[in-house]
Amino acid sequence: MKLIYEKSSPGRPGVQMTSIKISESEEIPSRYLRSAPPELPEVSEAEVVRHFTALSRLNYSIDTHFYPLGSCTMKYNPKACEAAANLPELTEVHPLWPQLWGGGMLTQGSLAILYRTERMLSEITGLDEFTLQPMAGAHGELTGVMLMAAYHDDQGNDQKDHIIVPDSAHGTNPASAMLAGYDVVTIPSDEKGMMDFDFFREALNEKTAGVMLTCPNTLGVFNTRIREICDAVHAVDGLMYYDGANFNAIMGRYKPGEIGFDICHLNLHKSFATPHGGGGPGAGPVGVVEKLRPYLPISRVKRRTEGTYVLHYDEPKSIGYIAPFYGNFGILVRAYAYMVSLGKEGLLGTSNRAVLNANYLRERLRLLFGVEKAERCMHEFVFSGDFLKKHGVHVLDVAKGLIDRGFHPPTIYFPLNVSEAVMIEPTETEDLDTLDRFVDVMKEIFELAESDPNALHEAPITTPVGRLDEVKAAKDMRLSCE
Amino acid sequence: MSKTPFCATSEQDQEIMFKTLGIESFDDLFAAIPDHLRADSVNIPDGMSEMEMMQHLRRVASKNASHLVNFCGAGFYDHYIPAAVNALSSRGEFYTAYTPYQPEASQGTLQAAFEYQTAICRLTGMEVANASLFDGGSALIEGAMMALRHTRRNRVLVDEGVNPIYREMLRTYTHNLSVEYAEVPLGKNGIADREAFKAAMDDQTGAVLFQNPNFFGCLDNLKDVIDEVHEASALAVVSVYPIALSHIETPGAMGADIVTGEGQSLGLPLNFGGPYLGFFAARKKLVRKMPGRIVGETEDGKGRRGYVLTLQAREQHIRREKATSNVCSNVQVCALRAIIYLSLVGREGFLEVGRECMDRASYAWHRLMEIDGVKPAFNRRFFNEFAIRLPRSAKTVVSELIEQGVAGGFPVGRYYEEMDNLLLLAFTEKRTKEEIDLFATKLESTLNRVEEIV
Repeated sequence: MKLIYEKSSPGRPGVQMTSIKISESEEIPSRYLRSAPPELPEVSEAEVVRHFTALSRLNYSIDTHFYPLGSCTMKYNPKACEAAANLPELTEVHPLWPQLWGGGMLTQGSLAILYRTERMLSEITGLDEFTLQPMAGAHGELTGVMLMAAYHDDQGNDQKDHIIVPDSAHGTNPASAMLAGYDVVTIPSDEKGMMDFDFFREALNEKTAGVMLTCPNTLGVFNTRIREICDAVHAVDGLMYYDGANFNAIMGRYKPGEIGFDICHLNLHKSFATPHGGGGPGAGPVGVVEKLRPYLPISRVKRRTEGTYVLHYDEPKSIGYIAPFYGNFGILVRAYAYMVSLGKEGLLGTSNRAVLNANYLRERLRLLFGVEKAERCMHEFVFSGDFLKKHGVHVLDVAKGLIDRGFHPPTIYFPLNVSEAVMIEPTETEDLDTLDRFVDVMKEIFELAESDPNALHEAPITTPVGRLDEVKAAKDMRLSCE
Repeated sequence: MSKTPFCATSEQDQEIMFKTLGIESFDDLFAAIPDHLRADSVNIPDGMSEMEMMQHLRRVASKNASHLVNFCGAGFYDHYIPAAVNALSSRGEFYTAYTPYQPEASQGTLQAAFEYQTAICRLTGMEVANASLFDGGSALIEGAMMALRHTRRNRVLVDEGVNPIYREMLRTYTHNLSVEYAEVPLGKNGIADREAFKAAMDDQTGAVLFQNPNFFGCLDNLKDVIDEVHEASALAVVSVYPIALSHIETPGAMGADIVTGEGQSLGLPLNFGGPYLGFFAARKKLVRKMPGRIVGETEDGKGRRGYVLTLQAREQHIRREKATSNVCSNVQVCALRAIIYLSLVGREGFLEVGRECMDRASYAWHRLMEIDGVKPAFNRRFFNEFAIRLPRSAKTVVSELIEQGVAGGFPVGRYYEEMDNLLLLAFTEKRTKEEIDLFATKLESTLNRVEEIV
């Protein structure tokens, strides 16, 4: 498809922006002015609408396709939550208005949403306090690790120098730990895919600042020794970090804070149904136990005794500002709308159904993947596509074959500790017919791998472009229109 | 009513699924979680129907003041958003898509990102841009960190004219990431103090940060001071306001190495602080150190043009602890809104929006200078925002104006203690002549009234 710039022609009018001229401003001396205007497209409004509508139709999305993308929790994004977030009384508020009058009295509605969202997330996770400021999961992780560092500093403990991370962790875990100045100690997984307990015990010592874990882990397995791990880490004054990427499995079932986790980030764009947006914006709120409360980022929203809300900035031990304001407010409203819709029963019902869908799909697919043993998983599961190699087929080919058959592929080649990994997470918002159809299509693809592997190597053929040359992209580095 | 909204299976479906699994109930699925770890209860309210939820949200939202005429900017502006921006960016094919790791199924997202990157290069006068970062503040921080990585130095030097909210964020990150942070006080004329910069740069300074127009709205041509930065073998990072780039000199032409900014004004609502749009551009030679997602053009086997996420070897999902940054997301929908906005207003419309902002600010300047007791804070070189000096605390004046329905600017003393009488005022194409006149009248009577009391 042509680029918008290639559709441009001099003088074509776009949207008329103003009509009333109120005065002529004084000329600004030329040394402050650019020599030529920026070369933006000159395209009619109707053509712009057609261009972006046509672009949208080149995408797969939840609104158009099943997305069994492991570890990403691609559930349906309710339209009502969108409608709530688009209320003009919320979208038209300037973030500095709380500072103009009465300590937040101009923005009581928005502050109420922030406060109630914090309280509900605290209750759901069993943690004492939440900050809503982190703007994505990885941003939440970095905030969490900064909180760890602030805590140890404040304790006067300067020997903490590393964070323990299992090898099945998301790549952002070690990246966040490094940024906050800690070394990363990686622990291998045992045969069940859990952090190897003996290796962990050996690595744990007085210098351990903390441990970052998902539970259930990236293989969809619940670590039954989690309590032991928490106790051991606390014994050396380390902090337990809960990566909430997989929270959808356990919402309402268990609370990380009650088990012994001290810090937790949640991906609202996963468990709390806010849209992924083709890569953001997300939101990654962070919860902490009481002893970490003083270090939370500024500002803090508080409830006054008469029931109004106010922002506090005077927090001397705070790590400071990690976002300009209060986080991705528009995303937080969607998550709030989702939580109040669900309520306590809906929360448990949601994780029940997410886990049921995953187990059903796992059971129906396991023999296709040559997995003899029937086992329970949580909200997602991982199979290896190694058996396809004998046909010269890789899971990448399976992924592309799925695209041709109307499904977004599962996550592949992650986690890194499983060869030819295929990671599937159906979520609770898919019905039985969709799950069955997916099984049928997987079966068809595996049969094709045996009978005509080339057909899979050539996939996808139904998309606007076939497999793209990524090496060429990196070599040529054409990153903008000339 | 269903107690689990948005879930797709019926009880009959669930019975079939239970049978397939050989289980009796949901509880059997969670046998792996030991009893003693399970939550006793979750104390949140009962669920609501869609209608009840919307009524509840409307009721809560109505507690916000929404009648105010807004002259408060300070880096975040109340611009008009053409209807087509909402209509197009609300297409589910865009906003319910995942990150485009499967490029054949994501060409819409990828091409839009490529078009966005192009627009950012053209606005800033730079060679490469990424697909966006969280907001203008985090983009500036990433710019500073990138400059330190490139120069292998550890000190960030920041002009005091950089938005104080961003400077607060910079202090947080540099403190927690063990980077040395230093500021250069604002020059007397409201712009970067050349002599002070020369004196403050040392052989550990790797990143020097400016903003243009700066927090006070003052325009500058930073070329000479950026030359000095290069003389000291450091990199210059300039934060900009994109609407101003319709007319004012590009940071690229001033010699900046990295350009960042808040893209909220390009078709995003104020939304109480987010989601916003951090844009990020740089010199081509720095591209391999650039943080965030980058989209590049390539071809498929049949020679058809297509777009992919490229240079991914920099990123955390491959590099893990050796990544250039831990940021793994962009704000694609926000970047999409920006490219739709820029396409809709187009080359001429963008100039017009910029011109109307300048005209309104200029009109207001003359109107306000007629008021007894109001004085310019700095010089007259501004785009759409400027600071005035009042005879008393701007904070109290602003709160008196609020009671008259006007968000009459931002009191600078909130962030600059010694500037308690300074009021920062922003003007966009949305403000009418009548509103500006009304504001001037109210400001005048507010100032007079107190003088009478005194």
